[in-house]
Amino acid sequence: MLLTGAEIVVKELVANGADVVFGYPGGSVLNIYDELYKYSDKIRHYLTCHEQGACHAADGYARVTGRTGVVIATSGPGATNLVTGIANAYLDSTPLVAITGNVATNMLGRDSFQEVDITGITMPITKHNFLVKDPTKLAETMREAFRIAQSGRPGPVLVDIPKDVQTARVEYDESAPHPACRPHDAICPDAVRRAAELICAAKRPYIYCGGGVIKADAAGELIAFAEKIDAPVGLSIMGLTAVPYEHPRFLGMVGMHGRFAATKALYDSDLVVAIGVRFSDRATGNKAEFMQGRKFLHIDIDAAEIGKNIGATDCILGDVKAALKKLIEALPTLRHPEWNAHIKSLKEHPDNSIDMDPQRLTPQSVIEGACRRHGDGIVATDVGQHQMWVTQYYQFKKPRTLVTSGGLGTMGFGMGAAIGSCIGTGGKRTVLFTSDGSFHMNLNELATAVTNNLPLVVIVLNNQVLGMVRQWQSLFFGGRYSNTTLERKTDYVRLAEAFGAKGYRALTNEEYEKALDEAFSSDGPVVIDCVIDRDERVLPMIPPGGGIGDIILR
Amino acid sequence: MGNEQFVVSLLVANHAGVLTRVSSLFSRRAFNIDSLTVGETENPELSRMTIVSWGDDYMKDQIVKQLQKLQDVKKVQLMKKEKTILRELLMIKIAIDKEQLPEVKEAVATYRASIVDLSPEAITIEITGETPKLNAFVDYMRQYKIIEMTRTGPTAMGRGMYCLEND
Repeated sequence: MLLTGAEIVVKELVANGADVVFGYPGGSVLNIYDELYKYSDKIRHYLTCHEQGACHAADGYARVTGRTGVVIATSGPGATNLVTGIANAYLDSTPLVAITGNVATNMLGRDSFQEVDITGITMPITKHNFLVKDPTKLAETMREAFRIAQSGRPGPVLVDIPKDVQTARVEYDESAPHPACRPHDAICPDAVRRAAELICAAKRPYIYCGGGVIKADAAGELIAFAEKIDAPVGLSIMGLTAVPYEHPRFLGMVGMHGRFAATKALYDSDLVVAIGVRFSDRATGNKAEFMQGRKFLHIDIDAAEIGKNIGATDCILGDVKAALKKLIEALPTLRHPEWNAHIKSLKEHPDNSIDMDPQRLTPQSVIEGACRRHGDGIVATDVGQHQMWVTQYYQFKKPRTLVTSGGLGTMGFGMGAAIGSCIGTGGKRTVLFTSDGSFHMNLNELATAVTNNLPLVVIVLNNQVLGMVRQWQSLFFGGRYSNTTLERKTDYVRLAEAFGAKGYRALTNEEYEKALDEAFSSDGPVVIDCVIDRDERVLPMIPPGGGIGDIILR
Repeated sequence: MGNEQFVVSLLVANHAGVLTRVSSLFSRRAFNIDSLTVGETENPELSRMTIVSWGDDYMKDQIVKQLQKLQDVKKVQLMKKEKTILRELLMIKIAIDKEQLPEVKEAVATYRASIVDLSPEAITIEITGETPKLNAFVDYMRQYKIIEMTRTGPTAMGRGMYCLEND
């Protein structure tokens, strides 16, 4: 049948299962938006306040659902406003398809109104991108975009569609086959055999679990594997939620702001089984120290990660879930009583305690208070101290319940991400932990939450400073607080009310608990301003490039 | 870990933007690049690139793996030195007077180069070969006034059945 390019785009969205999209209209995507209007029974479009918010929302949506997020923006500034969101999705391997309009093909390259070379701009932050100049190639390009975003190690793909390609009428074959994702579950038996030998030879095995385990939906296999080889599990920020906080194998996050026991146990191990991790510098610190004295067995779907940051003794390439299944089959049940007694002593060691004063309103009491009420609901964060406190104190119970910007560290990620997460769960209550610094970056999206009456609990850890940078200034810059003291006059209660949300302010634990009672019985968005001390620190801390010997505990 | 020069051959999709994707990968990942050549193959859908790079074993490994991740890259091969033919084309234009012509012709014959243009003021010589031979020829020509020169960078192919196939 003969269809316009714009209709093909929307038909392909439907065909690829995208029944929810986020975006912002504009001159170069008017035709696509006109089709969205016609197809509004098949695709629900969420309008944000800013394209960045839409991109983070698509990212959050993808993280909680495991599906591909879709964001649409117009050319020029619409497209450039997506850039941070796309980079964020790239660094955290989120499957995302970004669709941008562009000026007509005969206007390309002439610095036309609202023209940018968005494929050039996003080349280093996408798995792949397309500029579709031939309308007959549009349908297959859309299919390819979804295939690439989801296959192997997921990531963002951008499709830039000039206006005349959207209006052109071309033949469209609805029944054309969708390209198959290349399967990654074929695991080399020899690699499994060698890996099993390494594991059997280890006396102090340690599992380091990353976001790949979440992406592969392999949390169950991971725990079964840990039980089989009798090893504790330390996690990267992206791996958090793979093992419940209360689980005996759980050690917590590894690295710069990881738990003492998680990092110390890694340094005491003789074999690290690293699963779906990329050994970020925030996790490894001093690489030489990190590697010295132990072997590394690396399991990942992305061959380029093997040996990129940490030299691996051996590896298994492929889907983490399939690899773990094969490994569990190949291994006998192992027991390491001495090693586990040591792990237990590390977990009970005073240095592993991160408790704060229970009398004051502290980051700990704020996070634990919300956790008690929220159970296994979705938690989103912004970036900074509050984010690290969430990784430390929040007792996650289920995979995919933490939505956080791990790799890019995007302040301003939270509001959009929380909105997308909430929509992804079909409108279940979502808690966003943010801070006065991060919240101010994209608080406009509160309007989006109000418009859609989303049950969002926005908890602002308000310390009047850019806390993480201030912490570094305290420790490494002689307390010279250059441009980190905010002392803004923002009244969060009235701000919330002005947007049409509810607002509460808490200075004490009692006030906070009361506000939580209100927030958790409310339908729409609620903002809770939690006033905390500006010199509250994230501890422990291993300074950048440091090892376990450099850990700052108090 | 010692640094050494190595050659990577690629089969890539023959459409716009592929060269940018490959070269931008090198700058983004801080890989070294000495030269890059590209041209169509017998299959109009594929181009072949020859990249000369240098670095240690880590670099070699990462360059191959990161190139393999690009959607437009169909095949990547780190070429085995002893099994690879490398050729580069160089054109050099020198200013000469009539008396110098015989000795220049002798050099051209010795190096198995060829004269591709001759005018009263200048002579243009074309030479192909491996990079060291071309370097030697350029060094020899420095005794004359070099007006301009251009070289393509090496292109590579395996010997015998050592091939870069698209599978």
